[in-house]
Amino acid sequence: MQEAKSLKNYRKECRDSLGNDYLRKALDAFAVAYRKSRANAFAEFDVEELIGDVVAMKDDALQQLDALYDQFKEKAEGAGVTVHYAKDAAEANAIISRIAKETDCKKVIKSKSMTAEETLLNHVLEDDGLEVTESDLGEWIIQLRHEGPSHMVMPAIHLSRYQVQDLFSDVTGTRQTDDIEKLVKVARRELRQKFAEADMGISGANFAVAETGTIGIVTNEGNARLVTTLPRVHVALMGIDKLVPTIGDALRILKVLTRNATAQAITSYVTWVTGANECETSPGRKKDIHFVFLDNGRREMAADPLFSQVFRCVRCGACANVCPVYRLVGGHTMGHIYIGAIGLILSYFYHGPDSARNLVQNCINCEACKDICAGGIDLPRLIKAVHARIQDEEGHPIPSLLLGMIMKNRKLFHTLLRTAKWAQKPVAGDDGFMRHLPMIFFKDHDFKALPTVAEKPFRDLWPKLKPAIKNPRYRVGLFSGCVQDFVYPEQMVAAVELFADHDVEMSFPMKQSCCGLPLQMMAEMKTSRDVALQNLRAFEKENVDYIVTLCASCASHLKHNYPELLKDDLKLKDKVAAFTSKVIDMSSFVHDVLQVRAEDFQGDGKKVTFHAPCHLCRGLGVHDAPRNLMKTAGMDYQEAAEAEVCCGFGGTYSAKFPELSRQLLEKKLDNVEATGADILFTDCPGCVMQLRGGMKKRGSTIEVKHTVEGLAERRKKK
Amino acid sequence: MTKSVEILESKQSDLDRFVEKARAAAAVVTDVGTFQEAVSYTLNLCGSRGACRLKVSGCEEPLSPNAEDLCETKQGKIIAAPHLSSDQFELLESQCVENGFGCISSGMRSQLAGVDIGFTYGDIGIAETGTLVLNCPGEELRLATMVCEYHVCLLAKSKIVKDAFAAEEQMRQFMNKGPNYTAFITGPSRTADIERVLTIGVHGPLELHILLVEE
Ligand code: SF4
Ligand code: SF4
Repeated sequence: MQEAKSLKNYRKECRDSLGNDYLRKALDAFAVAYRKSRANAFAEFDVEELIGDVVAMKDDALQQLDALYDQFKEKAEGAGVTVHYAKDAAEANAIISRIAKETDCKKVIKSKSMTAEETLLNHVLEDDGLEVTESDLGEWIIQLRHEGPSHMVMPAIHLSRYQVQDLFSDVTGTRQTDDIEKLVKVARRELRQKFAEADMGISGANFAVAETGTIGIVTNEGNARLVTTLPRVHVALMGIDKLVPTIGDALRILKVLTRNATAQAITSYVTWVTGANECETSPGRKKDIHFVFLDNGRREMAADPLFSQVFRCVRCGACANVCPVYRLVGGHTMGHIYIGAIGLILSYFYHGPDSARNLVQNCINCEACKDICAGGIDLPRLIKAVHARIQDEEGHPIPSLLLGMIMKNRKLFHTLLRTAKWAQKPVAGDDGFMRHLPMIFFKDHDFKALPTVAEKPFRDLWPKLKPAIKNPRYRVGLFSGCVQDFVYPEQMVAAVELFADHDVEMSFPMKQSCCGLPLQMMAEMKTSRDVALQNLRAFEKENVDYIVTLCASCASHLKHNYPELLKDDLKLKDKVAAFTSKVIDMSSFVHDVLQVRAEDFQGDGKKVTFHAPCHLCRGLGVHDAPRNLMKTAGMDYQEAAEAEVCCGFGGTYSAKFPELSRQLLEKKLDNVEATGADILFTDCPGCVMQLRGGMKKRGSTIEVKHTVEGLAERRKKK
Repeated sequence: MTKSVEILESKQSDLDRFVEKARAAAAVVTDVGTFQEAVSYTLNLCGSRGACRLKVSGCEEPLSPNAEDLCETKQGKIIAAPHLSSDQFELLESQCVENGFGCISSGMRSQLAGVDIGFTYGDIGIAETGTLVLNCPGEELRLATMVCEYHVCLLAKSKIVKDAFAAEEQMRQFMNKGPNYTAFITGPSRTADIERVLTIGVHGPLELHILLVEE
């Protein structure tokens, strides 16, 4: 459980987690294996459609939540269950503690429940003098170690067999082996006896089916079947978000849940419990059975137009499985109780700003979680929104405020960038890298060489550069983004040359500014909106077919976030729609619109590879275009392992969590080097900065370039 | 193609798919045809394969004294078969007696150390995932399928349906009967909680045998 009091302490925790070699290795192996097996599990199906079904059903259920609750309660009570409602964690724990007293229970056996973790139920029951035993193997292990879960589905994924061996040796009082199969058998025997003795069983629930008053519990071990059968009292604790209208709806979730969670078509067991079912040891041979529904911030979330989508979460844990940050630091650091992307959000609503303040900053905005979410939740956006809320409630940190002030004023921002050129003079080498790091901003950045600001920004080169096109096929507005404008103008120049060859007429509106994504990353939402409006205005008068950018992050931000940012101004609606529909990334433009052919290029058969920027592959859903272009231009394209995993740049993230950024970079570079390529291409200047700096620092001979440079260099001279 | 041929063909493909998917989930599937054959299969399993050892699994490991004590309560080889018709139970029981195995239809709570085989009927087979649906409102039946080392489940071929949604209406009927308990069972009990290594038989059966019968 992550409980650092300050960002500084939190960063220290991250560094400590990075030092845990076993954890790193285990999570690496898991991340790679998971992607593959998940794809297999969904192979026969249209994933988008299945997730779409869940989204529609959950959104609909949310609209009628009160009615569903009433229906569930009526049905369940009709079948002999007592249904309780708890507004917060303390109330839920009090209810369960009272039930235990009233029924004179002494020993509790539990099956896995994240909701019980959320309310810290065990502490309360233990304080009441009850003996509580977790029966899910992973939960039992962490209970014995007095830890919280480090993954929502695999709570003990951070531990090695040797740690379990030592633990079980302590528990049984006899030395155990490190044979996993034997350790599992030991747990089988030790826990069987706990089942036999328990008088109360506590479970969670994955579904609460309103039409029949049934709960559904998904497990692989089958422990929930014993928990709900053997003890004379059964209590199920669940969030109100578990309510679904029908059995069919539960089955729809089930279909996605297990495939997304553990890449299984279905788990070994799904247990459906309705009413006070038969129990030999209960008075009247009927189980004393209680369903406790928990609010604890869920309704507040549900009422919020942006956050209500969190209700769709089915707790599959997949958002952690694919998160590059989770993979580095594990769940104890990347979560409070709930873990991974969803954990960053839920912590705020369930456990308050103290638990979320530092956590929400530890997202690199790679969108891997959003891409895989079983509930179709826009997790990165919500993480930023939580961050913004906390800042609005508690005040913005100074650097963030300063950045906001500067960026709001384009001229001031550009002047500062121009003067940075002079500030760096004494330390810049002649190779375009800074020897030292003059900007306070970048003080932990020594793991990669940083580029210098260009002699002349693209906006100054443009008036002389602008080609005259006689019979234009297309009219295009160029959006440069700050990095290409001020650091890598040569990438823009390459694009201009390539486009001109294909009769594209271009304009470059001078009033364009930063796209605003860095502001969004620092949760400066107001300035982010101001900047968006400036850019919209800058392109408004341009009569263009497309707005092309070479920066995947800019493209995805312009296209997907502007409508959201500017949605309050209804007058702008059409203008925003017109603007965003024209935005296209360079590779898609060249590949899909210009449809360049092999004859346009002089191939040289160079061995090349590609890093897919997060905002290109996931943000824009572009996968094939850049790869095809390299082949079309006559290069020998080699796919790198994990080509679509984040390089660790993440804009301002790399300044905030440099150690994590560095680890992501190292992994990326290893995968690139393993291809034996001479050139690494990518479609984002930020990634170029990160990757080129990293290669330089390694002393590697691999060149890092923007894809457009590779294409422009191989043009057939006309 | 006539309608009835079509139905027959889709039934056949559901059956094939059920077998394929159940096997993929590590179940052992055998087409035995009749109840009598199912009984022979089960006795043979108890006699010749690993089941029906005197000690239940895990009892040979170093355990705490309390867990050892529970192990000691299991003294003979037992097949538990609650909820059979009386004819069928008698047939099974007589053959168990011949072979020196115990055969019970109730009293599962005094067998929590474990029984060797749980012998049951499935209510529905779901082809898409190779899943057995067991309506088990009675706790004897639930326990027999959980504390056994091997679960042997008979399934009439006619009860196999395409996917879970095709079983939805029947599940609704089960659950609308008042108190009810229904289980989806797919393969043996498993865990991957230690180092993500897939391990069979953490709480429930170590093996699941599905015996297909004509009716
Ligand atoms: S956007 Fe990327 S870094 Fe952020 S939580 Fe999602 S997966 Fe993790
Ligand atoms: S947020 Fe999405 S991916 Fe994460 S646990 Fe919930 S449903 Fe699964």
